[in-house]
Amino acid sequence: MSAPSPVELDEPVTDDLAIPATPWVTIVWNDPVNLMSYVTYVFQKYFGYEKKKAEKLMMEVHEDGRSAVSTGSREEMERDVQAMHGYGLWATLEKQG
Amino acid sequence: MTGFAYHRRGKQIAATFSGFEADLLRSLASQLIELLHDEASLPQQTSDPLEALLDFSGPTTEPEDPVLARLFPTAYRDDEEAAGEFRRFTEGSLRESKAAGASSIVEALEEAGLPPELLEDGLMIDVELDAAEAETWMRSFTDLRLALATRLDIEEGDEDYWDQLSEEDPRSQVYGIYQWLGYLQETLVESLVRAA
Repeated sequence: MSAPSPVELDEPVTDDLAIPATPWVTIVWNDPVNLMSYVTYVFQKYFGYEKKKAEKLMMEVHEDGRSAVSTGSREEMERDVQAMHGYGLWATLEKQG
Repeated sequence: MTGFAYHRRGKQIAATFSGFEADLLRSLASQLIELLHDEASLPQQTSDPLEALLDFSGPTTEPEDPVLARLFPTAYRDDEEAAGEFRRFTEGSLRESKAAGASSIVEALEEAGLPPELLEDGLMIDVELDAAEAETWMRSFTDLRLALATRLDIEEGDEDYWDQLSEEDPRSQVYGIYQWLGYLQETLVESLVRAA
């Protein structure tokens, strides 16, 4: 399994003139099945995130119903979505809004 | 009923199952393999080896079976064409890796002494996994839990509904198995965190 280096989840750049370099995001959606501990483990293991960040993203999924867990090129996000499906997480990709 | 535990000395993640539990796990894993190999959603098979090698086609539409639809979700919500392309290139290999994971559970249980047919009482099956094997089991337990939850139609926060079901309701037994798998999964995650 590949383990890409961590990607910082910065707030979207609000400057209209700025062209986002990484316009795609991987979204993980809440489901009633996956354990909180498992989701946290997957975010740490696959994305290489620190426990604190992995837990924060997991809580976003749990409480907000969705969380943007990685950003990058479309190809990279397709790879991440495929990996999440491999882990049984419900993931999609979309252009960063 | 016990779950998995990490044994620091041997660096193994171990669990002991009763014969009944091991047999149940094997049965669930085997059913998952069968579902994943459901030909209807796989690329068309051909007997011509050249044609088979050149066949890059995979499914482009969501599987009809709701369990498969949950295991292989649509990756693009608002772009049917991109979703179909993604599915074409990913669903086949995802199916294979999930089936391989479930197969490794069956093999490990049988190597640990689970006979082809469980006839004797009192059989205990000791399973010892390294971290990589434990992760494979953990992923596969996820697939099994997703499959059972989809069949049962489990929803967020509906624990009370399931807890008050009559024991005679067959769904009550399936829910019990679902919860048991959840417990095993939780102990696998804890063990993997300790092993790291």
